[in-house]
Order: sequence, then C-alpha cells, then structure tokens
Amino acid sequence: MSNFFTDNKDLQFALDNLDFEALVALKEDDYKFSEEFINAPVDLDDAVDNYRRILTEIGDVTGERIEPRSRTVDEEGPHFEDGVVTYHPLTQANLKDLRDAGVMGVMLPHSVGGLNFPNTIYTMMTEMVSRADGSLQNLFGLQDISETIAEFGTDEQKAAYLPKFATGEYDGSMDLTEPDSGSDLQSVRLKATQDPKTGQWYLDGNKRFITNGCAKVHLVLARSEEGTSDGRGLSMFICESCPELVVRRIEHKLGIHGVATAELQYNHVPAQLCGLRRRGLTKYVMSLMNGARVAISAQALGIAEAAYREARKYASEREQFKKTIDKFPPIYDMLTRMKLKTVAARTLLYETTKIVDLRQGYNHIMAHTPAADLDPEIREKQKRYSKLAAVMTPMSKAYCTEIANEVAYDGIQIHGGTGFMHDFNAERFYRDARITNIYEGTTQLQIVAAIGGVMQRTLDPVIDDLATLSFEGLLARTEKTLKPMRKKLQDAVKFVNEKKDTEYQALMARHLVTMETYILVGYLMLRDALKDTEREAMAEKFILNAIPEMDAAYHLVMSEDTTTIDKHSDIIEY
Amino acid sequence: MSYTIIVFVKQVPDTQNITGDAMKPDGTVNRAALPAIFNPEDLNALELGIQLKERYNAKLVVGTMGPPNASEVLRESLYRGADEAVLLTDRAFAGADTLATSYALSCCANKIGKFDLILCGRQAIDGDTAQVGPQLAEKLGLPQISYVEEVEELTKKKVRAKRAIEGGYEIVDCPVPALMTVVAANVPRPANAKNIMKFKKAMTRSELHKAHSDADYTDAEALVVEEAALKEKGLWIQELTAEDVGADIERIGLKGSPTKVKKIQSVVLTGADFKNIDPTEVGVNSLIHELIEDHTLG
Repeated sequence: MSNFFTDNKDLQFALDNLDFEALVALKEDDYKFSEEFINAPVDLDDAVDNYRRILTEIGDVTGERIEPRSRTVDEEGPHFEDGVVTYHPLTQANLKDLRDAGVMGVMLPHSVGGLNFPNTIYTMMTEMVSRADGSLQNLFGLQDISETIAEFGTDEQKAAYLPKFATGEYDGSMDLTEPDSGSDLQSVRLKATQDPKTGQWYLDGNKRFITNGCAKVHLVLARSEEGTSDGRGLSMFICESCPELVVRRIEHKLGIHGVATAELQYNHVPAQLCGLRRRGLTKYVMSLMNGARVAISAQALGIAEAAYREARKYASEREQFKKTIDKFPPIYDMLTRMKLKTVAARTLLYETTKIVDLRQGYNHIMAHTPAADLDPEIREKQKRYSKLAAVMTPMSKAYCTEIANEVAYDGIQIHGGTGFMHDFNAERFYRDARITNIYEGTTQLQIVAAIGGVMQRTLDPVIDDLATLSFEGLLARTEKTLKPMRKKLQDAVKFVNEKKDTEYQALMARHLVTMETYILVGYLMLRDALKDTEREAMAEKFILNAIPEMDAAYHLVMSEDTTTIDKHSDIIEY
Repeated sequence: MSYTIIVFVKQVPDTQNITGDAMKPDGTVNRAALPAIFNPEDLNALELGIQLKERYNAKLVVGTMGPPNASEVLRESLYRGADEAVLLTDRAFAGADTLATSYALSCCANKIGKFDLILCGRQAIDGDTAQVGPQLAEKLGLPQISYVEEVEELTKKKVRAKRAIEGGYEIVDCPVPALMTVVAANVPRPANAKNIMKFKKAMTRSELHKAHSDADYTDAEALVVEEAALKEKGLWIQELTAEDVGADIERIGLKGSPTKVKKIQSVVLTGADFKNIDPTEVGVNSLIHELIEDHTLG
C-alpha cells in the first residue's frame, strides 16, 4: 500500500505551508465561479480541501497503480510499425487511470471542463507521476499544450479542442525541434504557406525528437514569413494527425522509454494559425517553454525522490561487515546529501510555481481588463511577478534537473554492483534523469536565461524580506553564516558587471547563478524551519554544505582567471 | 430506452491491514481499531455498474445498509460515477446476519422502485459468507447470476453475462430484472477529481442536522431550505429507516437473525522450520508431490 502523497512528509509540508490566499482568489475570480460551476470552491478552505483530496487520490493512483507497471513499461516501451505508434498496454492503462481520475485538464478553466487548479498543484501531481514512472510525465505533462490554446487560441479553437483535452480524449505534442534547430529555435525552417484563395495554411518540412509525435493535436512552430531567417518570421500553428503528417520513425533512447519520441514529416498538412503571425517564437513558444520547464523540474524532482527512497531502503537492508551499510559514515553522508538536495529542490520549485501562478493570475487580469480601468497596483504586481518568474523558472530547472542526476548517480553508488544491474530500479532512475537537464533547454541555456536577473539583482527584494524574519538560536547562528555570502555574491556581480566582458560573464554565469540559488534556497529553508522545528537540521546542514561551494564560486569569479578563454583551444587541440 | 441499475455496497473493516488489536479478547472484531473501507468486490460491482451506465446510458443507484457514517462509501461511489445514493440506516438494523440483511435490502430495493439489474460484490471481506447477494435475489423473486466477470449484453429482456466457474468460465443468458454478484475480474477506476469536488458536499439528513448542531445552529426553516438546495444540486443522499422501507421489525436486526455465533477461534499461524528445494525439475516435482500428499494441492 503506497500513496505517493501521504507518504511524503515534505510534499505535504509544501502544500500546508504555501501562502495560497492571493493565488487562489485570483484563480477562482474571488470565488465567483462557484455560482456557475458546482465543483468550483466557495472559499479558500474549500479550494485547499479540494487540492488535498485530489492530491491524495493521485498519490494513490501513482503509488498503487502506476509505479508497479513502470518496470515493464521501461523494458518494453511503445511499438512502432507501418507509421503507427502503439503505446505499451500498461502505458495505456496508466493514461486511462489518469483520465478516469479526471486530471488531464488540471489547469484548464471550469468553463471547458477543467479543474482550474493552480500550476503549483498541477506540479505536485507531475512530481508524483514522475516518481512512479518518469516517462509517463511526458504524456501527462503535454496538457500544457491545451494551456497554450486556452491562453492564445481563438474562441473557435478553444471550443474545438479544450473540452476534449479536459476529458483526455485528445492528446497533444509540441513540435519545435528540427534536425538543424535545437537550442537555436530561431532557425526553424518548417514552411507554412497560405493558399491565397482560401486562406488555408499548409505545413511542409520535418521535425525531430518530438515527444508523443503520434498525438492527435500538434502545436507547430513554423516559418510563415518567406524570406525571413530569424525568430520574427515564425508563427504557431495547430494541426491534427492526418495522412499528410507522417511519423517516420521513433527513437531508441537512453531513458524515458515509455514515451515515443518521433521524427515527423509534414507533407502539406492543413493547419490553423494559433495567435498572431510572427509571434510564434517570441511569445507563444516562450510561454509554452516556461510551463514545460516547470514541468521538467518536477519530473526531475520526482525521479530524484524515487532514487533517494530506493537507495535509503537498500542501505537500511543491505548488511556488510555485520551491520547495515547505512551505519557507515560515507553512506549516511551520501544519503543525507541526497535528501537535502531533494528537499532543497522541492522548496525552490514550489516557491517558483507560486510566483508563476501569481504572474499568471495578474496576466489574466491585465488581458481581460480595458487599460483605462486597470489598477496601477495590478500592473505593478504583474511586472514584479513576471520578472521573478523569469529568473526563478530557469533557476529551478537548472537546480532540480542537475540534482536529480546527482541523486540518481549516488543512488547507484549506494547499491554498489547491484545498482549497475538491471535487477534494481536504480539504473532506470539514472537513465531517466539524464534527459531532464537537456530537453526544454539545457542547463547551460537555463543559466543564460537566469543570469540577467542575477546581474540585475531581481531577487534582492525577496531575499531582503526573508532576511527580516526573526530567527533565534540555531537558526540565527545559521543565518549569520549565510548572510556574508550575500555580500560576496553582490560583490561578485558588481565585479563582473564592471568588467564589461561578455565572454567572461558567460563563463562565470553558472557560478553566479549557483550562489544566487543557494542563497535563496538557504533563506527559504530557514523560513520553513521557523514553521516546523523538525526542519531545523535540514536548514542548518543545507547551508553548511552550501557555504564552501559558494566560497569556491566566489573565488572563481573574482580570480579573473581567463585561461579557459585564452587557452582552451591549445588544450582541446592537443 | 433507459435502464436503472442498483448496486448494493458495504463498508467493512479493513481486514487486509490487520494490526495487533484487530480482535477483542472475546474474539469479535474490534471495529474501532480497523479503518473502514469500501468492500473490495463491491468496488468491482460498482465498476461493472459504471461500465454499463456508460454503455447503455443507465441510471446508477448505489445503496448501502450500515451506521450513519457508512455514507462515506456512498460518496466514494458518487466520486466514481454513481448517479444517486441511498443509505439504509436505523438502530433496528443493527446486529443483522445475512438473512436479516438481505430482507432489509429487499425492502430497500422495493422502495427504490423499478430497476433492471441489481449488482452486488460476491462477498464481503469481514464475513466472507457470499450469501447476501443470492439471498437478496430469492427475497425479491429474481433470477440470479453469481460470480459474474463481465456483461456481454444487456437488453430490456435479458442479460448475457460471463461467469467464473472452476477451470474456466461460462456465458449465460438470464431474463431481467436480475441480480448478479460480481467477482474481482475488472479494475475499479479511481475516484474522479471533478466528482470529488462536487460530491464531497453530498450529505444525508443526519449529516446536515449534525452540521447544524455542531455549529450550534438549529433553525428548522434553514434546514428545510438547505435540504432543498442540496436536492436541487443533486447532493442529497437519501436516508431511509426501517419504517421508511416498510420493514417488518421482527425480521430485521438482531431479532431477525437466527444465526448464533457458537465459538470464534483466533488462529495464529506460526512459521515452523523451512526446507530447501533445489531449483531443478526434480526438486520442483518432489515438492509438488509432497504438497499433493499433504492435501495442500489438488
């Protein structure tokens, strides 16, 4: 009997301690929806009670149904024959369970049959799904596509697609990558042409590495403006699976075996424009990607949670030298670090989703209020949360996905030789984690996305607020060790800013982002320890571990060591 | 043409997750120590009911007999797709054996009115008698199919069902209305999120009254208004007493139960010594022979 919600104290802490009030009121339009929709909450308590009940239900579905199927799904995967992808029967059973549980349109509005839940709750579900089966997240998480249609589609498109996404009848894919356009999506070439007589759009070209490329509904990034070669010539299209859209092959991958990753060929596929022309990349894909980055952070976190738990269980059962191996310092040290990384990642992720939800709420008000009636306070808040989300989303993605790899790596290490064998799940977690810091933007690109906010000290007001909390005793002493690191980070940022050397900044960016991440998470963990004294040891040890790393990062940045820039080719070419 | 299907379910103590104090010193079940759950095979009956509802656009009514808090299994049923719920509750029903229970349920079924099918789980995990379904069919004068795995076809005249028999299955036709007892041959679906959000607010009259007394608020008029509002929203769980269903007081509860428990024995299984069997054909063969001689197999 396992329930991935009720067995996870830290996840429940996150739900219990999120400051939901503003966020839920925004999402439920001050609870006015309850007059129209019987399942909409009437107040905050009602809403949070819904979240808890449904997270508990999904905890049961993931723990009791999905996890036991995950091994076979990984071993056997989907089947591809004559251009048709068939998911493994157990993957189909997983999807049926999730459809029956009614969680295929978690964030969609009540009006189209969705649950109208905040991103935070959806992300918690994503985490549990990923803990049960990393690859299933890629199918569960594609409901982000319907979110994009809800946000930017026409009323006709919304009516045509959203109710069917909400029931899970329709599934989606996000067709962005091409053989020559990976990280650099500005160079996408897939051609969109419009029939001058009928106005109908058609798509021609190829896409590669398309997760669930066999989907019913595709969101496609394509070049609608002939003669352009940059991001401003790209638009977003919606098309449906049809004979002109050919699945050429599916990939053989290191991990996430359960989901099909397809190569697609578009032979004059009829399509509809989604949103405005030329805004495909700059607006819609960026929005889609930001959502997907949060989802991948949660996928990584779920895998890390699974890897940590199996390692802990193994270490408490495996005896060597006449005692269980978790009694040996190098092993319990590893377990402690794995746990701290997982908890730190969760703390950062749900702080991020809270900001993402607030941004979304204010965005929605802005989009639906005439400019003249707009409260300047709303405008100010929308701006503030947008800026915070823009730095915290890539920061979370970099941190969660990197620690997931580290935790899965240590997970194998704790299993020893057994962990290298297929008999245990440790190796699967390691394989599944490996894609998370690559797709939806590599860690290197997350650093690029986050560094601007770090250089502009976007998070300073947030950390200032956290630093005013009244810490006492152990927490006060711990905070005293963290505080000087803030000063060091500010000095390092100033130093790099004044150097005005873009190459040096690009090289040092990861160290600065690391410092910023540790400081923010350190303060968040101190805050959480104020709410629950049992968390004091975690806050203390997380910060104690982070300090030497931050010191090292500080010295690296201040060193003005340009050998890598000057001599990398000498070294690489030798 | 639409159908009405009744599913009778039971709230039982969770005997699968037994803790130390599951039995009282006198050998009876310590219900307080065991969490109350939805009887597993009743979930299979409910699942079959929901599948039939989806296939034939049937109306699905779920009923249970039990203490007031047995309404929880009714809400669980609504979360999964039942349309209406009926709670048969009365102190007079307490202490019922299978005879008294099936009589009470037959009164309840008659009160619900016209129906095409009644579904029950094969047996409950607390008593393991598998008697209530068949007895209920007898009381109602209905034909019955026991051990049903799935329904192949339902018409206004007959139902064709697949039932488990030793070593296989058989497919039988049966005129309707009929009663079927269902085995664990399907996978009950999880509760649906939107239904949870809606039906968590469903309540019985006692629960509504209790909510008011908890809030120190007893206004008869407000109760009437709230009851009407709940009914209007489909959030009303009908609560029926022995009198409501016209049950003969001599035939229900302890009074109507001829079954007397003579003795209860708490059997504690203890492990003795163990034996190594070679993982070879010869080893496995000798084990099988031994188990047959031992009457464990065959």
